[in-house]
Amino acid sequence: MIRQSLSIVALFATSLTTSCSRKTASAPLPQPTAFGSAIVESSGGKQTSQAGMALPQPLVVQVNDQQGTAVPGAMIEFSAAAGVAFDPAYGLTDSSGQVATNVTLGGIAGRYQLTAFTIDKSRKKVALTIEEIALGYQQTLGRQLNDQYCERCHNPESTVERVSNFDNLEIKPHPFSEGDTLNKMNDADLTAIIGHGGPALNKSALMPAWGNTLSKSDIEALISYTRAISDPPGHDAGPVYAKN
Amino acid sequence: MKEKLKSLLQKLFGDSVRAFGVVSLVFLFSLAIAPAKNHFSEWRHYQHGYLKMIRNRSDAVTLQRHFEGGIQQIWLPDLGVVDRCMSCHVGLKEASLNDVPTQPFRPHPVIPHKLDQFGCTICHRGQGAATTVAEAHNSTLAWEQPILPAKYIESSCGECHRGPLPGAPQLNQGRHLLSRYGCVHCHMVKLPDGKIMKATDDPPSLSHIGDKTTREWIYAWLKDPQAYAGTATMPNFKLSDDDARDMSAFLIANSTPLPGDTATLSAKASSDPSAGASLYGESFCASCHAVQNAAGNVVGGDVGPELTRVGNKVKPEWLQAWLRNPRDYDEETAMPHYRYNDAQVATLSGFLLAKTDSDLLANVHLEAATPEQIARGKRLVSDYGCASCHEIGGIKKPENFAPELSRIGNKPVTQLVFLPGMQHTLPDYIAAKIKQPRLFGQALKMPQYSFTPAQIDSLATALLALNDRAATLPPSLTVAATPESDYQPAGKAGKLMTDLACFSCHRINGHGGDMAPDLTWEGSSVQRQWLVGFLKNPNTLRPSLIRRMPRFNLTDGEANELTDYIMTVYQSPSVDRDSMPLSGYPQGEVELGKQLFYGKYACQGCHIVDTKSDKGYIGPTLTQVGSRLTAAWIFAWMKNPQALRPGTGEPNRAMSDEDARALTAFLISQKGGGKSEVAKK
Ligand code: HEC
Repeated sequence: MIRQSLSIVALFATSLTTSCSRKTASAPLPQPTAFGSAIVESSGGKQTSQAGMALPQPLVVQVNDQQGTAVPGAMIEFSAAAGVAFDPAYGLTDSSGQVATNVTLGGIAGRYQLTAFTIDKSRKKVALTIEEIALGYQQTLGRQLNDQYCERCHNPESTVERVSNFDNLEIKPHPFSEGDTLNKMNDADLTAIIGHGGPALNKSALMPAWGNTLSKSDIEALISYTRAISDPPGHDAGPVYAKN
Repeated sequence: MKEKLKSLLQKLFGDSVRAFGVVSLVFLFSLAIAPAKNHFSEWRHYQHGYLKMIRNRSDAVTLQRHFEGGIQQIWLPDLGVVDRCMSCHVGLKEASLNDVPTQPFRPHPVIPHKLDQFGCTICHRGQGAATTVAEAHNSTLAWEQPILPAKYIESSCGECHRGPLPGAPQLNQGRHLLSRYGCVHCHMVKLPDGKIMKATDDPPSLSHIGDKTTREWIYAWLKDPQAYAGTATMPNFKLSDDDARDMSAFLIANSTPLPGDTATLSAKASSDPSAGASLYGESFCASCHAVQNAAGNVVGGDVGPELTRVGNKVKPEWLQAWLRNPRDYDEETAMPHYRYNDAQVATLSGFLLAKTDSDLLANVHLEAATPEQIARGKRLVSDYGCASCHEIGGIKKPENFAPELSRIGNKPVTQLVFLPGMQHTLPDYIAAKIKQPRLFGQALKMPQYSFTPAQIDSLATALLALNDRAATLPPSLTVAATPESDYQPAGKAGKLMTDLACFSCHRINGHGGDMAPDLTWEGSSVQRQWLVGFLKNPNTLRPSLIRRMPRFNLTDGEANELTDYIMTVYQSPSVDRDSMPLSGYPQGEVELGKQLFYGKYACQGCHIVDTKSDKGYIGPTLTQVGSRLTAAWIFAWMKNPQALRPGTGEPNRAMSDEDARALTAFLISQKGGGKSEVAKK
């Protein structure tokens, strides 16, 4: 029995764990010099990365006091389901009340709920939950196709490298993360409109037909990607991994 | 003691019958060990667990029918695969189990390969033949092949796929970084296909560095290249103050002047910042050079160096000579020869020289160098292998300066030295070494890069793909990379194209950059008159692009020379530009084309024909497309854009010949006015 549970642990460790070897452990836990009453996300939530890989941007969280002012010197600890690694896993807030950590998600595609804790004056834990999305191979391919063909119309935000065409369209498409719309469309609907264009679903011809440009598996990859990033998640958004 | 033993033996084997009984029992037991071991084996336990799990599911019947008990094995003699992983990972092929959160019962995620054809260990490593969890996943003394952590899984794609691979961005990025950050200057990487990996960072020659910059700047740069430019690809060698003092002394003392650079200033640098900014903008310097803006974001291309603090670096006379013709200083530079006149050189150099950071050199005070310091600097420059990357007069490029990495993916763990507290695996070693090389020994020369964690993982991924299996795969199992050709255009036009550095942005016949359109078939695509005009004064075709064709101030002769060459040499075998007329289409056809444009195909979503009503912003503006493109090209493009330009964002609409012809008639009638009609936004 012990051996079995050991080997299960080993299995989890190897299949889920990526590298948590760079822990800053061994050093004793630093002592907080201040306490806040709330913990808020500053940046780095709702990112996507590939399963098992580092998020592109660090996760930055901030400790505030009751007035909403940043508190330097407060302790923040990060935790998540097995397989998620934080570098560092804890730290004292800097002069702007923040701690930044590099996050590597678990090896299975899905949604990862990360928790950041601080302790308030009465030694109670105050927690914040942040969700990040890990993509599998198919969804990664979908993301790349989206960048190449779809994003310019479907994403209203422009970047330095990519000007959005959204505002120029008479009929507005939806960002692929918009679950309220896309979750109502089943896979057959999505396959039809992507392959044959808007008119296939009695929608605008401003949505072109991609069936001669993209292969069947490309279209499946795009659908899989939209499901993975959907907010709120639909029924096929993939498993949720939270600390248990 | 002896007595006791004797009485025990007596008790057990007292008489022959009793002895026989005891011996048989012992035999029976030992015979039972093997079946019992089998019965209690881990995989049986997992298979029981699986059957229990599926019992209550709605798809139980199907899953039950698919289930096969006993050891499951994929045997692929060609690949050397004997994988029994599916003995425990029972549900790998059951897509409906996607709601099971954890292993070993999750289905395999969708990939382009079939499990039965590739097995498991080809990608995941580990011991395929093992039937216990520990032996399959971990490394043992006999089997040094632990499971590859998920973050490096794309390295396995890279063993067979030698070129960029859609869906494997981490591998692609890692390979790119190995070239881009010049790792391969010092570390030789012989790729599995036999080619030597080349660096793409283009480090400058230091033989004439005294013309370009001061010793103070060199000192500051050597101490911390990223303090000068956050995007600099040169790593930090963690030099002491004395080391940087002596190396900068040597580099200056060793530098020989080039005639043009030291000429007195031919034009006084102008201090009209707005004129400078607009010339910088018109010349599209930002396509290649980045500058940090007020918000702290670095904006611009990365073909050339970042210019945020260039005024701290370059000497005014060198800068002016460079702007006048960069090829005088560096024949191979990616920078075009802009043919600026004196006034423009003055304006632009004034603008650039004002880009300074007063802190950068504030604390650098160097006394005149002594001969001992210069000699010591020379030694250090050799010791640190500077000449692996830079040309330095009098110093030979060292051979094999750092360990070769061609088979790094197979380096035995027993040959590695690990840091205390780190996991003893090859991937962890590689990642840690890239992250902070000097932790492995203060005397090590490998410099410190400032990679993000994601970049480190991608580099490790690319390196892990360089292993024995990749090197020994039969060619039938590999997907080759498209090799970069060494195409060079011929004759006078060819010289001109080199001078203008066309290949820094454009690709022709498999050679060149990817910032601007591939010009291999440009001669079939455009009309002669338009091309001459465009080369002389390029206007913007795609208003949404930040990277654009600059104006090179070409003479009429040069523009005609280039145009003639492009029109005759760069022709597509499948598009005969004279096969369709440029005008004279029946009005009915033009009208039909218009309807198709705005109706069935809704082209106005991306393109502008009528600046008053259309808003599409991401495709080229088509107000004058009838004066720009050939009708034959438009027709072929309508039929299949990807055939003419692979990867283009224009969808292939599988148009009938009638539709394509009508749209061609409509578009070719868009001759535009004399002036550019780009919509002003
Ligand atoms: C030229 C702009 C454009 C491009 C490029 C484009 N779309 Fe669309 N798309 C639209 C418009 C406009 C609609 C809305 C049609 C309507 O509601 O009548 C739409 C609708 C959709 C819908 C239905 C849900 C919604 O947003 O209303 C899906 C799904 C979709 N597009 C997928 C894609 C995919 C996948 C790609 C890339 C392969 C893509 N689109 C590229 C313009 C575009």
